[in-house]
Amino acid sequence: MREINALDVTAAVKRLCMEANSYLPGDVKARICAACENEPWDLARNILGIIKENFEIAEEKYVPACQDTGVACVFLEIGQDVHINGDLNAAIHEGVRQGYDEGCLRKSVVRDPLDRVNTRDNTPAMIYYDIVPGDKLKITVAPKGFGSENMSQIKMLKPSDGIQGVKDFILKVVEEAGPNPCPPIVVGVGIGGTFDKAAYLAKKALMRSTDVRNADPLYADLENEMLEKINALGIGPQGVGGKTTALAVNIEQMATHIAGLPVAVNINCHVTRHQSLEL
Amino acid sequence: MEKRITTPLTLEKVKDLKAGDSVLISGVIYTARDAAHKRLCELAAEGKELPFDVKDSVIYFVGPAPAKGDQVIGSAGPTTSYRMDAYSPTMIALGQRGMIGKGKRSPEVVAAMKAHGAVYFGAIGGAGAYLSRCIKKVEIVAYEDLGAEAVRRLEVEDLPAFVIIDCEGNNLYENGRKEYLESVK
Repeated sequence: MREINALDVTAAVKRLCMEANSYLPGDVKARICAACENEPWDLARNILGIIKENFEIAEEKYVPACQDTGVACVFLEIGQDVHINGDLNAAIHEGVRQGYDEGCLRKSVVRDPLDRVNTRDNTPAMIYYDIVPGDKLKITVAPKGFGSENMSQIKMLKPSDGIQGVKDFILKVVEEAGPNPCPPIVVGVGIGGTFDKAAYLAKKALMRSTDVRNADPLYADLENEMLEKINALGIGPQGVGGKTTALAVNIEQMATHIAGLPVAVNINCHVTRHQSLEL
Repeated sequence: MEKRITTPLTLEKVKDLKAGDSVLISGVIYTARDAAHKRLCELAAEGKELPFDVKDSVIYFVGPAPAKGDQVIGSAGPTTSYRMDAYSPTMIALGQRGMIGKGKRSPEVVAAMKAHGAVYFGAIGGAGAYLSRCIKKVEIVAYEDLGAEAVRRLEVEDLPAFVIIDCEGNNLYENGRKEYLESVK
């Protein structure tokens, strides 16, 4: 059994909140740069140029790339041989509080969905736990903006809808979102599981590098095909028309019930943020 | 072609703007998101005076991040405009001429824009760090309790945007996409 102090978790979460908001992952940056080169539509190319300049300013000045510094989604992969000294949930929330305060990040969380009073410190975090073999603790912080979150959808398809139903639904979600989620977008798709597991998979898919395709060739092909189909829609950066509507499609799948085919589509904007570290 | 425009945004200036135009906006603009819009429209319904002069004004749908170090304002890109659709027709009827946001608008908003002469600009969503550099001065004018959602008076210089919907109802989201798709046929 390995001991990890809850204070170290707080420090890690704090650092990750600040870094994730200013430093875009390398794969996302590379895709934006490639899109700048390959975009044939003038206005679209100009917009991509500003988007590129924006992440460069954010990095250089260590300021958030987007003012919507999101709700802090915190993913933990806890080795089953790890023991946390202290209150783990409280340690995570405290890390978010400190990171959003010190990093001058926007506080965008309300305490209740109906009374809507801002908590003023961006807590609570949305926490996702995963128990894995080993004695390490991997923490990923993904600030999630709601311009794109609001454009996400889930549908309980019928097994007879099959792969065509899945494709149609993904395209429908992107089409309906149009310019709203700040394209070029990254599309996270969860297929299978239960109603809630499909949504979780879709979010988890957004944590994967856009350079890594699904390990199953069937799903890897589906990722490639959907990216091509989405970019053929012509929505373009910010919806002004153009070739670059999505930077990547990441799909995660799991077992499901004989009667079901749940599909969730979680959309992320071009400021697709996540930073990880291991304790 | 890039057009430079300066606030106050008169009807004459609005009529010169066409969907698809790239613009650089300078002058005084005001910020408001859903929570502030709700209060502004409630004041208007009660016949009370608004905390700023709405006539020929431009409202930027933004909730900025806090300023860091020597910054005037933190990252300040547009929020999604459809959440203001319930309120914009009222504001336009009161004399507002310009909106800066991102994303689609409702038919009711477009109808109000055509009836009164108003324009909808898109700023680049997600480019908050870049856009904050165009903001030279900030002052809270109302609803400080709303934090990031308070109404702020901004002085901006060459804030880049494009005309999404003009006062005749032409829509860049529809036309731009159609033209692009025709170009690659």
